Amino acid sequence: MKKKMSKTTKNNFITYAMVIIAYVIVQALVLSGSLSSLMQGLLVPLCIYVILALSLNLTVGVLGELSLGHAGFMCIGAFTGAFFSKCTQGAMPDGLRFFLAIVLGAAVAAFFGILIGIPVLRLRGDYLAIVTLAFGEIIKNVMNVLFIGKDSAGFHFSLKDQMSLNLGTDGVVIIKGAQGISGTPKNSTFTIGVIMVLITLFVILNLMNSRTGRAVMAIRDNRIAAESVGISITKYKLLAFSVSASLAGIAGVLYAHNLATLTALPKNFGYNMSIMILVFVVLGGIGNMRGSIIAAVLLTLLPELLRGLNDYRMLIYAIVLIVMMLFNWSPKAQDWKARHSLKRMFGKKEQTAKEGN
Amino acid sequence: MKNGKKILSVLLAGAMVLGMAGCGNSSNSGTSGSASGSGEATFKIGGIGPITGAAAVYGQAVKNATELAIDEINAAGGINGYQVELNYQDDEHDAEKSVNAYNTLKDWGMQALLGTVTSTPCIAVANEAAADNMFMLTPSGSAVECVANDNVFRVCFSDPNQGLASAQYIGENKLATKVAVIYDSSDVYSSGIYEKFAEEAKNQDFEIVAAEAFTADNNKDFSTQIQKAKDAGADLVFLPIYYTEASLILDQANKTGYAPKFFGCDGMDGILSVENFDTSLAEGVMLLTPFAADAEDEATQNFVSTFKEKYGDTPNQFAADAYDGMYAIKAAFEAEKVTPDMSVSDICEAAKTGMTSITVNGLTAGEDGITWTADGEPNKSPKAVVITDGAYKAMQ
Repeated sequence: MKKKMSKTTKNNFITYAMVIIAYVIVQALVLSGSLSSLMQGLLVPLCIYVILALSLNLTVGVLGELSLGHAGFMCIGAFTGAFFSKCTQGAMPDGLRFFLAIVLGAAVAAFFGILIGIPVLRLRGDYLAIVTLAFGEIIKNVMNVLFIGKDSAGFHFSLKDQMSLNLGTDGVVIIKGAQGISGTPKNSTFTIGVIMVLITLFVILNLMNSRTGRAVMAIRDNRIAAESVGISITKYKLLAFSVSASLAGIAGVLYAHNLATLTALPKNFGYNMSIMILVFVVLGGIGNMRGSIIAAVLLTLLPELLRGLNDYRMLIYAIVLIVMMLFNWSPKAQDWKARHSLKRMFGKKEQTAKEGN
Repeated sequence: MKNGKKILSVLLAGAMVLGMAGCGNSSNSGTSGSASGSGEATFKIGGIGPITGAAAVYGQAVKNATELAIDEINAAGGINGYQVELNYQDDEHDAEKSVNAYNTLKDWGMQALLGTVTSTPCIAVANEAAADNMFMLTPSGSAVECVANDNVFRVCFSDPNQGLASAQYIGENKLATKVAVIYDSSDVYSSGIYEKFAEEAKNQDFEIVAAEAFTADNNKDFSTQIQKAKDAGADLVFLPIYYTEASLILDQANKTGYAPKFFGCDGMDGILSVENFDTSLAEGVMLLTPFAADAEDEATQNFVSTFKEKYGDTPNQFAADAYDGMYAIKAAFEAEKVTPDMSVSDICEAAKTGMTSITVNGLTAGEDGITWTADGEPNKSPKAVVITDGAYKAMQ
């Protein structure tokens, strides 16, 4: 192993390899029948949360802006994808339809990313966080009152109720306000999920190591210096923000095609969810993609694995979260880990790990 | 260094996967039912509902009532001579968590599902259950789509049914000529009832003069909605909402000096037990509900007193639906002589046939009992009650 590859390239390959190895092992377990139904049911959600964590890490870690409206983009992707699938079901092969749904979901989410990004990215820090929070809630609430129906005359829209759609006799209501969309075909599989995770990783890691990515990071590190060397702040900020939004849109499409029902509840698309994703990112390490993957997987599995504890489940979950956060990020714990790291045990006394910075 | 790092990441990936598999298996044994497992064959009934989060009231009620029904059934000798075991899982009123709960129950060996409690998760779980051909009876999943698959039945009325029944009741009994509706547009239950109500109103000789919506995010101050209903001259306000919001509306309407008739659906049941609510405001409120906790019949009184004794709480209609649901499963299993050694799919087929042949004289049944059609909808007559002197009185 001579150093043909740079350190970052190698690091990236380790991340890809980690995902692929995990995929192969899980597939082997599924095929040999030793994976419980609960775990099999969790595979797709795991991919979804990994994608969400990775995409938010692009905004928070690489662009350096705190966004609390990430679930809003997921919501847009989910509704776009489900809407498309409901309209075209049967009109084209399932595989192609699902592929187009993903592309469309990503595109529409990216469009909204730009639309929202233009006013929002003029702000910084806490202000930006609060405004994104508001936008996320707006998206959720609009979805809750949106009615779209289809009949021979075309599409009908309403923000009031089902009756004001004035559908013809052959009309079907596709998005029913608070009742959302139901009957979306179940197309999301673990394999597609993992492919999407790999695509997300590929996009983000390559972006980070490109000229564009370096410009984005320059803005994060010192805005004035970046501007002074001629980097267009608005352009790069918008770019990173909309890429992040479109990746969240992909996760949304997967989400919509994993469950038969899609409603914009505070639970799945509200700020709770946005903060949940942020927790993945913070726990995994801001700017650290591999950490995001591991954190998203662990924190999604945890409440399910604690089901045996019944009523104490969510309490224990919260405590475990606090302990993990302390263990990972308190300075004392980091010292301790440095002294007892695997690397030292392997006999190499190199400098301590500095991932995540 | 290089190798160390690589080994580390492989170890991590491996540990992750092993953790997933290992814990997956342990969750099999980690759960235990309420019945004694002395090696005999038992029926394994699963339940899913929100025990934590905002909708926990409903899930908890269903859980308690199901436990109560199963204890009674077990004490009386079980179903077809076999004891019944319950495993109740939390879904936090979230479709995704609900599917996880369903899969957990499948790992446990569930043979039939009494759930789920709330509509949205119910639709998601119903789809999974259809793929496994698992028999499913939802006590309170009232959205139309809940019973779209033929393996799913429900105990409660569907939302449109309630809207239809309410509109017909108001029209036929000439309760009002001008009606205002205040509903929760972010809630499936409420908007489902409202839509059908508005549709049916066209056929009745009253007019909807105001339809005011609110959402879950602003369900504390209703002065605008009340004012609009008042300005439109409505002499009856239809409230297809849950009792917490309804109690606020009654209170605020009283403060503005507006005293129309109020009419509610089964979600209104429970209004008399709201804390710090002056129940005299609820005098004259009419509601259509399949269950009234202070009904006079013996079955209801027994149920309410045992429930109170055991859980220190007055049961609501969710509890009553779940209690009836458990007895419906028992009746269906007995009608087709289902035994626990049958496969899940065979049990489902048998129960499907059983459900259409049985009549359950339960708490929510009214006088004629509940029967089911093959599409999963129950046939039962709604009871209209009016609140007089702080208690329900049957109308006419």
